[in-house]
Formats: sequence, C-alpha cells, structure tokens
Amino acid sequence: MVGVLLALMFGLQLSGCSQDDPWNRPYTQSQAQSNTLFSSFATPPKHLDPVRSYSANEWAIISQVYEPPLQYQYLKRPYTLEPLTLTQMPEQRFLDERQQPVDADSDQVRYTEYHFYLRDDIRYQPHPAFARDKDGQFLYHNLTPAQLDGLERPGDLAQSGTRRLVAQDYALAIKRMAYKPNHSPILGNMRHLIVGLADYSDRVSQQRLDLTALRDTPIEGVHVHSDTHFSIRIHGRYPQFLYWLSMNFFAPIPWEALAFYQQPGLVKKNLTLDTYPVGTGPYRLVENNPNRQMHLQRNPHYQHGTYPSEGLPEGADPALLADAGRALPLIDDVIYSLEKESVPLWNKFLQGYYDASGVSSDSFDQAISVSSQGELNLTPEMQEKGIAFLSAVQPTVFYLGFNMADPVVGGYDQSARQLRQAISIAVDMEEYISIFLNGRGVAAQGPIPPGIYGYERSREHYNDVVYRWQKQGPVRRSLDEARALLSKAGYPNGQTPEGEPLTLYYDTPATGPDAKSQLNWYRKQLAKLGIELVIRATDYNRFQEKVRGAKVQLFSWGWNADYPDPENFLFLLSGNQAVINTNGSGVNASNYDRPQFNQWFDQVKRLPNGPKRKALIRKMVRLVQHDAPWVWGLHPKSLSLFHNWYHNVWPNPMANNTLKYRRLDPETRVANQQAWNRPVVWPLWLLGALILVSIYPLMAAYRKRQQQTLTQPAISQKSTSDQGKQTREDV
Amino acid sequence: MLAYMVRRLLYAVPILIGVNLITFALFFMVNTPEDMARAQLGAKQTSPEMIQAWKENHGYDKPLFFNSQAEGVNTLTQTLFVQESLKLFMLDFGQADNGRQISEDIQERMWPSLAIALPTFLIGLVTNIALALLIVLFRGSVLDTATMVVAVAIMSISGLFYIIAGQVLFSKLLHWVPISGYQSGWEMWRFLILPVAIGVFAGLGAGVRWYRSIFLEEINKDYIRTARAKGLSEIRLLFGHLLQNGLLPILTGVVVIIPTLFMGSLIMESFFGIPGLGSYTIDAINAQDFAIVKAMVFLGALLYIIGLILTDLSYALFDPRVRFDA
Repeated sequence: MVGVLLALMFGLQLSGCSQDDPWNRPYTQSQAQSNTLFSSFATPPKHLDPVRSYSANEWAIISQVYEPPLQYQYLKRPYTLEPLTLTQMPEQRFLDERQQPVDADSDQVRYTEYHFYLRDDIRYQPHPAFARDKDGQFLYHNLTPAQLDGLERPGDLAQSGTRRLVAQDYALAIKRMAYKPNHSPILGNMRHLIVGLADYSDRVSQQRLDLTALRDTPIEGVHVHSDTHFSIRIHGRYPQFLYWLSMNFFAPIPWEALAFYQQPGLVKKNLTLDTYPVGTGPYRLVENNPNRQMHLQRNPHYQHGTYPSEGLPEGADPALLADAGRALPLIDDVIYSLEKESVPLWNKFLQGYYDASGVSSDSFDQAISVSSQGELNLTPEMQEKGIAFLSAVQPTVFYLGFNMADPVVGGYDQSARQLRQAISIAVDMEEYISIFLNGRGVAAQGPIPPGIYGYERSREHYNDVVYRWQKQGPVRRSLDEARALLSKAGYPNGQTPEGEPLTLYYDTPATGPDAKSQLNWYRKQLAKLGIELVIRATDYNRFQEKVRGAKVQLFSWGWNADYPDPENFLFLLSGNQAVINTNGSGVNASNYDRPQFNQWFDQVKRLPNGPKRKALIRKMVRLVQHDAPWVWGLHPKSLSLFHNWYHNVWPNPMANNTLKYRRLDPETRVANQQAWNRPVVWPLWLLGALILVSIYPLMAAYRKRQQQTLTQPAISQKSTSDQGKQTREDV
Repeated sequence: MLAYMVRRLLYAVPILIGVNLITFALFFMVNTPEDMARAQLGAKQTSPEMIQAWKENHGYDKPLFFNSQAEGVNTLTQTLFVQESLKLFMLDFGQADNGRQISEDIQERMWPSLAIALPTFLIGLVTNIALALLIVLFRGSVLDTATMVVAVAIMSISGLFYIIAGQVLFSKLLHWVPISGYQSGWEMWRFLILPVAIGVFAGLGAGVRWYRSIFLEEINKDYIRTARAKGLSEIRLLFGHLLQNGLLPILTGVVVIIPTLFMGSLIMESFFGIPGLGSYTIDAINAQDFAIVKAMVFLGALLYIIGLILTDLSYALFDPRVRFDA
C-alpha cells in the first residue's frame, strides 16, 4: 500500500497535476477547456448501419451522422415534421388504378406518390471512400496489405474526399433495406407498402449481395428523376409514411462507401458501414470503440442547418431561442464513454465531468424532492451546484394485459368484461407510480400517451370505467364499486361459483430481488378483491414465448412510439396484429380482436388528422376502455439533469438528432470542475507518517529478538509453545 | 520432458471437446436459436421470415448435435456442434452476432485486462509474501494475532464493498483518482491505480493467511533449525532459506493463474469501465451472443490447461527431485 501511495504521489507530480487541476478528472485539461460534450453510454451499440439499427442507444449516435429526408422540429409541439435535406416538404400525388392523378379525397385513390426535392448544397463528411487520385480513380477501393497494416479506423488513411448528396443515394438506401441478409427491421412493413419492393427484395436476396445489381436494378415504386429529385410510390393512402421518412432507415447511402467497406481486409478489421457510418449530418464518427469510447466530431462540410427561430412552446424558457438563426452544430466534439454502473456515472456527473445525466432510482432521493402535491423539484444540494432539470412524459405506455383468448379473463361477454373492469379499478396505478417510480409517471386513461394526437383527459373524454370525475379531475373509483362489478361478473368476494377463491396467473420475466416487492404489490392489489394472484416468473425468452403462444393470462408489457401518431398505439389492439392470428409475430399481445375496432382502425390508419379522424379515435378509445383488455398502466416521465454550462436542452422524445442544437460554456465547466474537485491531500501525509511511525516499533522488536540471549527461564517458558509460537529460544 | 508435454497437450483435446460440449448443452438449454435471433433483431417488427433469415445467415439453422436430414457421417458433422467446434480448435473464433470479428475484439480487449490483472497479481503476490514473512518473523506475537483477525475480516467482506467504498472514498471524497474510465498510453495509470489497489487489498486476507501457513510449516523444518543454529539472522533466514524452499507450494497456486490473467476480471472491469475481456464475456452472456460465449469459454479452458502444464514445468525447474522421465 505504501508503494501504491508513493506511486500516486510520484505519478501526480509527473503529470504536472496541481492543487487547482483536479486529479480525478477522467480526461485531460485541454479536453475540458475545449467545446466538447462529455456523455456516456451503458450498452455498446450493436449496429450503426442505418438499414439495420433500431435501438435508442444506436440512434443516439447515427442520428447525428445520417440525414433522412425529414426531421422533427426541435421545439414545436405537437411534434411536427420539417424538411431536413429537402427544399420543401414532400409533394403528395394521389393516383388511381391506372396511375393517373386523382383528387386527394377521391375513392379512386390506389397509390400515393411522394416527390422529394433535394437541396443541392449538401456534401458528405470527409471520408477515404471518396478519395480519388489525379486521374479520378478511387485511392482506397482496392487496399493493399501494406495499407491495411496498422489501420484501426478509416481516418487513418491519409487522403479523404467528399461529394454532393444526390437522389440516387436515397434510392440505394431503400434497395439495401430490401436486401434480406441486411436484416432491416422494417422490411416486413415496407415490402407491402412501397410498390414493387416485395418483388425486388425476393429477387436480389436470392444471390450474394452484388453492389452493381443493387445500384442498377430499379424498384418499380422508387424513381430517380434527377440528382435532386426522386419519388416513392406507395400502395393506397398511408399518411404516417412521412414519419418513417424521418427515420434513419431512409438515410442516404453513398455507393462509394459500400464499395470501400466491402473489402475483406476491412471487414476482418471490423471496419464496415456497421461500425463507421458515412453521412451528411452535422457530425462524423471518428472513433468507434464500443468497448470504451465513441467520438463524434463536427463534419467540416456541414453547412445547411440553422438553429430554429420559432416553435417555442408555451411556458418554455425564452433563452431557448437565444441562438436562433445560428449555424449548427454549436458543439465541436462529443465524447461518449462506456459507463456500465450507475454509481460512477452519477458521481462523475456530480463532479462536473459529465455535462448531463438521467436520474436512476439509486440517486433519485439525492437529486429530486417530491412535494406533497406530487411535484418534482431539485434538492438544495443540486440547486447549489446550479444543476437544472427537465421532466417530460414519454410517448410510451406500460400496461397490464389480459389475454383475451383466455377462458377466464378473456372474451367479450358481460361477465368477463366486468371481471376485467373490476381488476382495472383495483390495480391502483397512481399508487404504483408513487411507490415504484417516485412519481415519475402519469396513470394512463387509454392506449394513447400524452403528446400524441388523440390523447384526451378532459371531463368529456376520460376513462369513466375506472375513474369518476370530481373537481380535481378524474379520481379512481372505489373498491366497493370494483367489488360490485366482481359480484355481477359471478365472483362475489372473489369466490368462484364453486365457493373457491378465484385464482389468476400473472406471467412475468421479472425474477430478480428488486422485482419481488413489485410482484407482491400486484398480488395485494388483486387480494383487495379477494382474488388470488399466482406469480409465474420466468426468464425473458420463455416469457416472450408464452406471450407469442397466447399461453398467458395476465402479463405486463409496454410500447414506445415509433412515430407520434395514434395509429402506432391503436394497432397494439388491432385484430390483424393479434399474436394468435399472426402465428406469434403480431404486436397485439392481449389478442384483442373486435370487428368494430378493426374496421375503425383501418379508417384511422388512412385518414389525415382532422375532426373525422379524431371522432373515430374517440370511439375506438371509448370501446377499449369499456372492454378493458388492458389495465391502463402508465406513461413514464423522463427526468434529465444538466449543468448550468449546458444550454438549449429541451426534451424531444421523437427526435434523435438534437445534439446539433446544444451549446456549451467550457470556461464555466472548467471553473466548476476545479472548485468541486480540489484534492484532499492531508490524509496522504497522515498515512505516510503512520507508516513511518509504525516501522520503528517493528524494527525495535526485531532487534530485541535478535539480541535476546539464550537463558534457562526462556527455554522453560517458550519450549512448550505450539508450532506457531516457536522462536529461536527453542534452539 | 518433450514427450511429457506432447502427452499433456494431447490430453487437452478431449478436455476441450468436453468443455465445448458442456457449453453448447448449457447455452442452448437456456437460449434457443430463435431467442438469439430475437435478441439480435429486437422485439419490434420481427417477423418469422426475418428470424429464419437470421438463423440461416449465422448458421443456427443446423441441428445442434444430430442431423437427421443428412446421411452417413454427415449426420454428425453437419451439425452446429461439430462445425463450430472444428473452427475453435483452429482458433478461428468467427464473427459475433453483431458482425464484429471476435479475434480482433479479443486482441484489442486483452491488453486492458492485462493492464489491470498483471499489476494486481504481481503487487498482490509481493505484498502477500512480504506481509506473510513479516508475520512469521513476529509469530506468536500480538502483531500475528491482530493481523490474522484483520485478514479474516478482509476475507469476510464482499469485494463489491471494497470497490464501491474505494470509489466513494478515493474519488468522490478525497478527489485523488478518477472514479472510473480508461485511457491508453501513459494516462492509463491514473485509471488503474484504484482498481489495482482495491484488487490487492481485497486479496490480502486470503493471500497472507495462505502464505503464512506455508511459511510456518517450513520454519520448523530441520534445515531452518540448522541455519539458525549457525547464527544466521532472522532476515537472512527468511529470505535466504525459508522463501526459497517455500516457493514450491506457492508455484502450484500461482503459475496456473498467469495465463488466465488475460481473461480479465468480471466485476472490476464492469465497475471501473475497463474495456477488457471480463466485461466482454458478461456482455456476451447478457446479449445471448453464443459465438462470443463459446469462444471465451474455450479460450479460458485452453489457458487454464496451459497454466497447469506450466505449473508442472516449473516444478521441475525449482525442485530437482521432480523429473518427467519416468
């Protein structure tokens, strides 16, 4: 330990650390002083190829690099799409069976054609895939072993190039989506939507990927008219298609990148489009070490984005418009470090080494205080550090589902419906949110979360099956009302007609010690009605298998919005998506299948937002509230904390490319890091002194032993000692 | 000796096959190829066709141990077990389920693992032996008793406690070192000093007690008594005679560990954000990535076998009575 401490002192001296410069800073002082954002990731991203990636942690990276045609406006609510690489929003044309134009509201509409007009000033990030020699030949499309030797990232190659974004790049992205070995998660949806995609997919997937085949083989519904104009034709009407066009699946792919990355020498070194993306966005990925660090750097060719000057929601901080009109991005570098454990992550945030943080349950009490009215506020400790926080309801729903195909809780007869309604009243989600989420959630009234078109919680449109309207808003109905419903259902006091307690089964993948209290809570909720709840805990794989096979009775599940449209939530209850109707591949895990609902859903899917659509959504929500296929669980609230040197932070759960809007004040950061992390040196000296002081008695004792003479009493006293006590007197 | 080594290496083959067989059986008992496909493709928008395509693409469409569709010897060879095992024996670890080359990842990650494991091992070994010798020097004294009590206390507390307490004390309160993270090059030491110190401290209890018992056994032997009778100082006695002869049992426990240092520390790497092979294995288990799991188990078994062989060889080096000729 002495050595360790000496090494520490010696090392710190060598590093030139002073009392002012923190010793515990996990990066260099120059990095701290630079316009660099420091953030973290808990799970290494698996895929950075936009055709494949579909996880939030992956999109946090690639959404800064790639640019699909559309994006969500940063500040504006409700969520609104705007052009990203386009000169205007896509032009829609409605076509009949013979592909002749018809009016938008015509019954003859069979196809919708979207026309995209690209800006002509967008260029790709610098990349060796574009580098050419003076004869115009690509420099690095046939790398030699010498060039590959020691190559760790594409940026290690000396030359790089760029080129203008063209419409063909968007067409190539769709073609890659169609190629089955790329495992695009949306191919299943798109192959039936984009005209000719299914045929194209089947055709090109029969053989090994051939770049030329992909480039030269056309898809019937995707047409490139010029370098700045392309169109996509889809079957029928599907207004939600525009939302898909804001996702990375539709980000442009330059063929040069495919040609570059298909070289076996690069694949062997893990250098592929899946690890080093090539895009036109505000940042480029210059280091991808999923085991340690990801480094985004400003794309020097990015010049087409400016900070929004409108759309500030009511009640938002006007300072959010302070940078209106400024060229983006406002931060030069972003460094994400791997942090698997919440303790170091939280402490680094408090030390000022991370600029922003979420709030885990471990650190909740330290960060947030909940008032008696349930309002979330920062604790004095956080306020003292100048930390701010933002809370936003997520476009997510967590629910307790009933399997509608189950003979006890399922079905559409009055008895089964009343049983589900009674349970819906008894399971007190407000209490759940208070106990297990520290108030970070909103009890759901139906399947649609707040912020999504069709969500309503007014006096006219609340869930009157579970709640009563009172002055303060909807209040959960009483247990007496739940018991009355249960009696009507044929289970008085939770007893079956045979006089046995009604026993229900709850399947869950939650098996850890943390889950025990939650499972007990569920048991107690049903016990309030006299119903016995049996927990069937299993691993996640088996749980999924049971749900897909409709072998569950009650279960918990959730859904996070792909896009801000009610269709993306109502389809969770569509009969066409029921797992028993789709051999387990549908998303309707509760197997709710009402012809009336399905019919309305088909209409809602095709209608644009407006009074007609809203009226249909209301009817659908009312129907499912009455049928109660779910206990309408909750919509979680996200909490994010950030330091006072981090600006323009605004929650936008639908947009992933928001880094470009953020701004830093590195000087304040460095000053605070120094103030908060002054090394406490005195224990080092104290420890050193203690060690030195303890050496003297040891030396003295040793000398005494060495100088001790052999005497008779010594022999008689010591010779009877055990083995461990034998000394030189024994001799 | 050469013949002995060849014989030992040949023994290793059935052991490795056995290890591989058990890994296959255990892994696929918990995860079916379909589960693996779902874990990789995600829960959303996953159709049966996509799952089938993924399985075909990754070779998981073959039966595990017996291919009833094939004929003759192919019933055994055209199986997932044989195909994957053969590659392992050629040290071809293939691709992880996310498409990354496992060999490349192992080469990259073994250095951070070594950077933490090697100093922990060496400093720990020296500290443990030095402390054990000190206690033996003052055997039977209050220092001996007190050290043993502390050693038992150190052993009784979970390693996780030392990690969290160390992070809180040295980084959060005293602000001496970064709480976690890793950098290559000279800056590395700032990130390693805390995990190494914690690793050494956590191992003190068991290490000191073990070495103390070895040395106490030696110290009553005749050659020590003779040396002492000749008037040798205790220090010379301990370092010149006792340590040399006490090395043999130490070697048994130590040499076998050396090759496995590459495999890293599961908890330490996770808490300190060290991108080593320990966290690589844990991540693979969580992600149901069988390709990595089988590669790491195989590598671990192989290194352990190498460690055992090295232990035998070190016996011959340090003890002239041991010979492999018989």
